[in-house]
Amino acid sequence: MKKILSILVRNRPGVLSHVAGLVTRRGYNVESIAAGPTENSAITRINLVVSGEEPILEQVVKQVRKLVDVILVEDLTNNEPVTGELALITIEAKEQTRAEAINIINLLGLTLSDVRDDSLTVMAAGTAMTVDMAVLSLKRFGIMAMARTGLVALPRPKNGESKGERK
Amino acid sequence: MKKPSKTVGSPKKPALENKKKLPAPRLGAQVICDFLESAGVDVVFGYPGGAVIPLYDALYDSKLEHILARHEQGAIHAADGYARSTGKIGVVFATSGPGATNLVTGLATAHMDSVPLLAITGQVPTTSLGSDSFQEADIYGISIPITKFNYLVKDPQSLPGILDEAFRLAGHGRPGPILVDVPKDVQTTLIDPSVNSGDEEPLELSPPPPPCAASVDALAEALTISQRPVLYLGGGATITNSGKEILSLVEKTDMAVVTTLQAKGVFPDDHPLSLGLPGMHGSKYANLAINESDLIVGMGVRFDDRVVGNVRKFAPLARIAHVDIDPAEIGKRLSVDLPVIGDLGEVLSLVLKKLKKNSRPTWRKRIAELRRLHPMVIASGDGEIKPQAAIRALSDRLAGQGILVTDVGQHQMWAAQYFQAGKPRHFLSSGGLGTMGFGLPAAIGAQVANPKTPVCLVTGDGSIQMNIQEMATARQYDLPIKIMLINNGCLGMVRQWQQFFFDRRYSQTVFQYNPPFVDLAKVFGFWAKSVDKSSEMPKAVDELLKQKGPAFLEVVVPQEENVLPMIPAGMGQTDFFETGK
Repeated sequence: MKKILSILVRNRPGVLSHVAGLVTRRGYNVESIAAGPTENSAITRINLVVSGEEPILEQVVKQVRKLVDVILVEDLTNNEPVTGELALITIEAKEQTRAEAINIINLLGLTLSDVRDDSLTVMAAGTAMTVDMAVLSLKRFGIMAMARTGLVALPRPKNGESKGERK
Repeated sequence: MKKPSKTVGSPKKPALENKKKLPAPRLGAQVICDFLESAGVDVVFGYPGGAVIPLYDALYDSKLEHILARHEQGAIHAADGYARSTGKIGVVFATSGPGATNLVTGLATAHMDSVPLLAITGQVPTTSLGSDSFQEADIYGISIPITKFNYLVKDPQSLPGILDEAFRLAGHGRPGPILVDVPKDVQTTLIDPSVNSGDEEPLELSPPPPPCAASVDALAEALTISQRPVLYLGGGATITNSGKEILSLVEKTDMAVVTTLQAKGVFPDDHPLSLGLPGMHGSKYANLAINESDLIVGMGVRFDDRVVGNVRKFAPLARIAHVDIDPAEIGKRLSVDLPVIGDLGEVLSLVLKKLKKNSRPTWRKRIAELRRLHPMVIASGDGEIKPQAAIRALSDRLAGQGILVTDVGQHQMWAAQYFQAGKPRHFLSSGGLGTMGFGLPAAIGAQVANPKTPVCLVTGDGSIQMNIQEMATARQYDLPIKIMLINNGCLGMVRQWQQFFFDRRYSQTVFQYNPPFVDLAKVFGFWAKSVDKSSEMPKAVDELLKQKGPAFLEVVVPQEENVLPMIPAGMGQTDFFETGK
């Protein structure tokens, strides 16, 4: 099974190596890791997607929670989190296939980020499924390079939550 | 690199409200020494080098005592021995590069056994970081997995805050080693004490939350209804100094008690319900009691594989309770029925309040019977010395009044089996990591911390050669440690496994050459003597302990002596290895 974790950490040097190092050296399977600033500049959010057996995943959560700079670990897996992912995909686009490629790009609502004589770079953003579909549809043109951010996720807020102060 | 701000305070963070004259700015290196003094550190272990010259220069004017080891690994194990024997934080200095990497084994050793250490390493100047400079090693990156936490100080102004945080962190909750890597230029920068460090809030270290009441109730209830309870004590019992409460608990419940290496001395070894070491080299009666038990209560333990063996065969009839301050320990190796997360001392006092005295005469009788059926006996040696007998002789003479430090291997297990520790923190041994070479420097650290207490080291001919240079340290500071070298001419524990499981194919475990240890000890300025006849052994041990200064007794024992009983790795609690001739 898979777990989507949202980890809030104090934004200090080395914090990402502590988290990333921990999950790799304990032999956990990391599907993706994404880190970035939050609304509070002193705090970074790390989204971690890990897969494995349930007891091992529980250990991941406990071990991560133990790290000194970790403030909060939330398991979002079963809480219908709001998720998103972004990918940049460079495909071959010579004269014969160019029109068709652009057609598909428009059809899927993808963004053209770079245009060359014989290649196109496309940005796909949305849920993981949107990105998967983009990759699948563009595959037949020949993918020359790809970069995916990995999943970013937030707990889904409840209505009325904005009035109270969130911790 | 930031220059120290000349202004007093910043608009965001006003200067400390100090009506008196502000203290003068101090160099980073001086800040380190000042901090350690004010934190109550009296002694530092270490070894100088290029990247810590400023630190050692500041030390020159400081009140801190410094013990100069002969190798950084010796220095850190000595700091570890200091910490284990006192509960205080051990402090070690080392230079960058090789100095820092020589700390690695010591950090990992302390990390495994939850020993509070503060390691301060020099580093190449911030301007040279990452350029493969002379004696540069990324000790920050290297030490991440073997420290509780670590720091690389890039901003000199953040140094005071980091030192304070590191020191508090080392001893907080579950203790552990902390490393602070301090570039040389940070050591030589003037730090303005009126400027708050960095731009971050200091880490708040709150006491552990009180244990959940329901979990304490559940444990108390389980203890009330259990008929054959076993208490399994680990390092947490030593760290929280819970001996008295544990004795009350045992007196109220008639629990049988098994004790890991890290808990030895917490519970009296001569108590009728004390079964000593459990697991691979535990007594048969300890393992059989676990096997028959209906409730195992682990306190401050890790359910380590050397104790548990085969997880599926461990305590098959028992519910498992586990009290620990570290939630990550609960359920790590086996599933736990009754978890209690919290400080052991606190949990014990809560549980004791809920328990009525509940005698279990049947269980007591069964324990006595198990002891009678499977006694731990030392065979006679036909004139040769049985290592177990030598350790027992040492134990008898110290009579609970001395600290025993061990190295790692057969002699360590014999010491665990036959040495009686009179107090907690009087048996020091590298348990989790099993670090050969730990013993001699750790004994040095323990003696530095406890100048009036006899400190003995039981070691092997393999282990002592791993840090033998530290005999010079012991001599330099006139530390009256007493070394008992159990010399069997081989790496006994591995040889034993080869004998049992590899058809006596003694691959690289028998030393074809060993130095004449007595001569060697004498060269290092030790009183030294060797003994190989069992009739002369008791007198030799007397003589060893009588010496005023550092002393060394080589006890020559037969090569094929084994540590028994033994449960082979990964086997069940009753799968005792039979040594069929």
